[in-house]
Amino acid sequence: MGFERQPDFGTPEVVAPHDVTLSIDGRPVTVPAGTSVMRAAAVAGGAIPRLCATDSLNAFGSCRLCLVEVEGMRGTPASCTTPVAEGMVVHTQTPRLQKLRRGVMELYISDHPLDCLTCGANNDCELQDMAAAVGLRDVRYGYQGANHLDGASDSSNPYFDFDPAKCIVCARCVRACDEVQGTLALTVTGRGFQSVVSAGQADDDFLSSECVSCGACVQACPTASLQEKSVRAIGKPERSVITTCAYCGVGCTFRAEMRGEQLVRMVPWKDGKANRGHSCVKGRFAWGYAHHQDRVTTPMIRESIDQPWRPVSWDEALGFTAARLRAIRATHGPRALGGITSSRCTNEETFLVQKLVRAGFGSNNVDTCARVCHSPTGYGLKTTFGTSAGTQDFDSVMAADVIMVIGANPTDAHPVFASRLKRRLRQGARLIVIDPRRIDLVRSPRVEAAHHLALRPGTNVAVLTAMAHVVVTEGLGDAAFVSARCDADSHEDWARFVADTRHSPEALEAVTGVPAATVRAAARLYATGGNAAIYYGLGVTEHSQGSSTVMAIANLAMATGNIGRPGVGVNPLRGQNNVQGSCDMGSFPHELSGYRHVADAATRALFERDWGVSLDPEPGLRIPNMLDAALDGSFRAIYIQGEDILQSDPDSRHVAAGLAAMELVIVHDLFLNETATYAHVFLPGSTFLEKDGTFTNAERRIQRVRKVMTPASGMADWEVTQALANALGLGWRYTHPGEIMDEIARLTPSFAGVSYARLEQAGSLQWPVNDAAPEGSPIMHVEGFVRGRGQFVVTDYVPTDEKTGPRFPLLLTTGRILSQYNVGAQTRRTANTVWHQEDVLEIHPADAENRGVRSGDWVRLASRKGETTLRALVTDRVAPGVVYTTFHHPETQANVVTTDYSDWATNCPEYKVTAVQVTPSNGPSDWQRQQAALAERSRRVLAVDAAG
Amino acid sequence: MTDPDRLRAIIAAHRDAEGPLLPILHDVQAAFGCIDAAAQAAIAAALNLSRAEVHGVVSFYHDFSQTPDHRPLVQLCRAEACQARGAEALAAVAQVAAGERVRVAAVYCLGLCSVGPNARIGDRLHARLDEDGLTRLIAAL
Repeated sequence: MGFERQPDFGTPEVVAPHDVTLSIDGRPVTVPAGTSVMRAAAVAGGAIPRLCATDSLNAFGSCRLCLVEVEGMRGTPASCTTPVAEGMVVHTQTPRLQKLRRGVMELYISDHPLDCLTCGANNDCELQDMAAAVGLRDVRYGYQGANHLDGASDSSNPYFDFDPAKCIVCARCVRACDEVQGTLALTVTGRGFQSVVSAGQADDDFLSSECVSCGACVQACPTASLQEKSVRAIGKPERSVITTCAYCGVGCTFRAEMRGEQLVRMVPWKDGKANRGHSCVKGRFAWGYAHHQDRVTTPMIRESIDQPWRPVSWDEALGFTAARLRAIRATHGPRALGGITSSRCTNEETFLVQKLVRAGFGSNNVDTCARVCHSPTGYGLKTTFGTSAGTQDFDSVMAADVIMVIGANPTDAHPVFASRLKRRLRQGARLIVIDPRRIDLVRSPRVEAAHHLALRPGTNVAVLTAMAHVVVTEGLGDAAFVSARCDADSHEDWARFVADTRHSPEALEAVTGVPAATVRAAARLYATGGNAAIYYGLGVTEHSQGSSTVMAIANLAMATGNIGRPGVGVNPLRGQNNVQGSCDMGSFPHELSGYRHVADAATRALFERDWGVSLDPEPGLRIPNMLDAALDGSFRAIYIQGEDILQSDPDSRHVAAGLAAMELVIVHDLFLNETATYAHVFLPGSTFLEKDGTFTNAERRIQRVRKVMTPASGMADWEVTQALANALGLGWRYTHPGEIMDEIARLTPSFAGVSYARLEQAGSLQWPVNDAAPEGSPIMHVEGFVRGRGQFVVTDYVPTDEKTGPRFPLLLTTGRILSQYNVGAQTRRTANTVWHQEDVLEIHPADAENRGVRSGDWVRLASRKGETTLRALVTDRVAPGVVYTTFHHPETQANVVTTDYSDWATNCPEYKVTAVQVTPSNGPSDWQRQQAALAERSRRVLAVDAAG
Repeated sequence: MTDPDRLRAIIAAHRDAEGPLLPILHDVQAAFGCIDAAAQAAIAAALNLSRAEVHGVVSFYHDFSQTPDHRPLVQLCRAEACQARGAEALAAVAQVAAGERVRVAAVYCLGLCSVGPNARIGDRLHARLDEDGLTRLIAAL
C-alpha cells in the first residue's frame, strides 16, 4: 500500500480558447494561453522551486524563489506571475538563477528554527525540499540576527496549532482563507520585518477569530507553522487511501492518511469533483468518533427493554434475532415486519437492507430517513421533470449569474459547496435568499444578498407563487423554452392560475410578511439576470406543503428557461452523505431501485427472477405508519440501520410509544443511540472508514468509499445484514460490495453502466450511467425533460394546520450549525463541541423582552405536543415572532415539541413550523428528566463473561 | 474609549463612497487618537469586511494606532538626505529632550530634502533643525 500523491502545478489551471507554444529549458511546451510559466514548466515535468505558490491559489509572487530568465526580457521575472507567450524562450536553471535562489533561501533559513529532526513536518516540508532543491549549504548571515523565533504558539484550535516561529509569511494560509474558504479570517499584520500572520484582530487567537476551522490554511502551509495536532501526536503518515466523506451530501473526496491502523489525518483530494480539494471542519477533523470509547463493538441482546444489555457472540445475536423474526412472521404475517435503511450507509448496504425486507421479511415495509428530509424533492421533481434528483453538478454554480437560495443554510450545512458559491458571488453573481432567518449568506464578509425575502415560516408556496405572478404578468418568462420543452396545456393552466391578482405580491404580503416590492425585485432579477440557479434545502421540503414548494420551484425554473445547461437548474442540497443513494436504492415502501413502483409487474418480475422470490405488489408502510401500526398491534418488528429515529423524527413521544409497543427492535449502529433505549438487539455498526462501498452525493455523483481500517466489530455493515439474511436462510453469497453493485447495475436502468471497475477508472460517475450516457450525466434535461415535456403544476397556497394563537404565539423553526451534524451522534463525540456545547433557542430581542428573557437564561419551549428546556440566545437574526433552534443534542430533545403534521404528498414532517410559547424556566422539563433517566437505565450493560 | 455615536457618524459619512475604508480609518484615528479593537470590528461590520481584513490594514500603516497615545508627536525625518545633514545625531538629542512626555517617531522623507534635517509636528513642518532648535521645539510642546 502506497502513499497517493498529487502533483502541484504551482498556479491554477487556465481554460482558454487557444494554446500557446513556448520553449522551457530547450523543450517545447504547449499550454492554454494565460497559463503561468511556472505551471507550463510543471506540465512539462520540470518543477521550478517555489514557496508561496500552490495550484489551489492565485499567483502571489512574493517568495522570489521561482525566478526564471526569459530571452529578450530584462531581469529575472517570477515564473508564477509571468504568463506564457507564443515563442517565449525560458530558462529555469542557470548559474545566475541558482545564485539568486540560494541567496533567497539563505535569508529564509536565517530566521527559521533548525529543529528539523524534532519537527512535525520533518520529511513533509516544502521549505526543507526547497533548501535541498536550491543546494543550500551555508547561511552566510548566521542565525543570531533579528528573528521571529520566540513567537508564541497558538494552540487554541482543537485540531491544529499555529507556530509563528516556523512561519515564512508566504501568506498561503491567508490566501487560502480568502480564496478557497471565503471566510477571510486571517491577515498579515504589521509591515516589513514585523509582518506576521494573525487570525482576527490583535487580541484574538484562532478560536476567538472568525475562523471556521475548515483547515484550508493548514493544508496550504508549506512548513509546520500550521499543522494538525494529530500529525504532531502520531507522526508522519505512511500510507493513504482515497475515500469519500460520510457527513453531508456534498460528498468530499479525501485522502485518508494512515500510520498502520491509525488514522493520522484527512486531506481533501484535488481530483474530487465535488469538493475540488476543499473540506470543512467536520470532514477534515471530526473523525475522532470512530475511536470513541462510547462505540459498542460487541453484539448485545436482551429479552425486554427493562433489562440490562447482555453482550453475546455474533452467532448468538443473529440466532436470537432470526428466531424472533421467524416467530413474529409466523404469527402475524410478513407485513408485521419492516426495516429502515440509512442515508449514512453505502448504496450497497442500503440495497441489502431493502432486499432483506422485501425478499427476506416478505413485505415492502421499508423506509428511510429521506422520509423526514427530501421525500418531497423526489415527488416534486419526478412530477415536473421526470427524475427524483437535482439537475446540475456542483461545478455548474461557477457559471451562474443569479443564485437563489431557498430554505437552506449552505455555509453551515453544506460548507464546501458554500465556499464555491461564495467564490462565484465574489466574482459578481447576484444572490437572492428566501429564508425566515438572516443566514450568514445574507451578509458576511464580501458577500451580500441582493434581496433577502424573510418570509413567515410556512409561506414558501405563497412567496414562490407571487414571484411566478410577477414573471407571468410582466412577461419575463422564456416563451421559446416553454413552447419547445414543456407541456403546453399545463403551462397555460399554471400561467392563468398564477396571473390571478390574488397571487400578486401585494395581495400576499400580509400572509408572507415579505414586502411586495422585494418580491417583485427578486422575481425580476431571477427571470432576467442571466443564468439563474436555485439551491434549496429542508426549509423547502419539511413543510405541510413541501412537495408543492418543490413543484413551485420547478415551475419557476421552467417558465424562465433555467433548466438544461450549466449555470442554471434546480438543486436540492441533500443533507446526508448518501441520502440520494438511499433513495435511489429502493428504500421507499412503494419503489424498487431507480424509482420504479412496486405495483409495476414488469419491474417486479425482473427482481423476482434475480432474487428467486415473489414480491408483495402492495406498497408497504412509511415510518410514521409503522409507528401507528405498532400502536394498534399490527406491526411488531423493525430492523433499523444507522438511524436514530427517536431523536430525529418528529413528535418524540409518539415515536417512543410506537417503539415500546414492538416485540423486536433491532438497532444496528455505532453507538447506543436514543432509539436503542427501546431495542432488544444491538448489532454493532462500522464507520465509513471500515468498509468498502459507494455513496451518491447531492449531484447524483457515485463515489467510492474505501476501507482504510479493519471494522472494530469484525464486520462491515453489509456483512452484518448478509449474516442476518443468512440466519433467516436466504443464502446470500456476496464476498465484496462490488458484487452488490453489479446486482444493482443489473436491476436498475439508471445504474446500468456502473461498476467498481468503471468507478476506479473514472473517479466518479453521475447517474444516469447507461448506453445513452456511458460517461454519466453531469447536467440533466439537456435535450429534453426525462419525462418528455416539462409538466407545470398548479400550486395553491394552503396554510398549515399548525397555527399560532394566544397560547402558542411564536413559530419555531429548526436547523443545523456548522460544527455539529444532525443528531450529533458523531460530532458530539469530537472536539467540535468546542463550538457548540448545547442547543440554544434564538429569539428576537422584542419577543425576549416581552418575556423577560436574556441571553443565557433557561427557557421552556412548549408546543401543543410537548415541551423542553434550553438556553436562550437573543438575536435579530430571527424575525419577531419566529424562534429557531438546532436538534444536535439528545438532552434538548427538540423534537418533543415538533408536531406530526406532514407533507400532503409524502408524509415528510413539518419540522420547520411549530407554534410554540417561550417562558422563563429554571431547569429541564419532566420529559427531559424521564428520558435521561430511562436512557441511563437502558444503557446498562452486564459485565462480559470470559466466553463473551 | 470610542464613542459609538461618533463612530457611526464617521462611518456613515464615508460608507457609500468608493474605497471607504482608509477615509474612515483616518477620521477615526483623528477623532479618537486610535482605532481600537471595538472600532475595527464596527467598521468591519459596516463595510462587510472581516475583522481580520480591517485589522490588517490598521496594523500596516504607521499613521494608525490601536491604543491611544495622547502625548505630542514629533516626526523626525530619517531618510537619506536628512541623514546626510546630521539627522541621526539629532534623533538621539530628540529622544533625550522628549523623555516619556513627548513621542518621537521616524518618518522617511517629508519632501524638503534641500533644507534638512526636517521634522513634522502636527501639520507644521520644521526645516534646518539643529540640536538647540529641536530641543526648544520639543520643550515647547
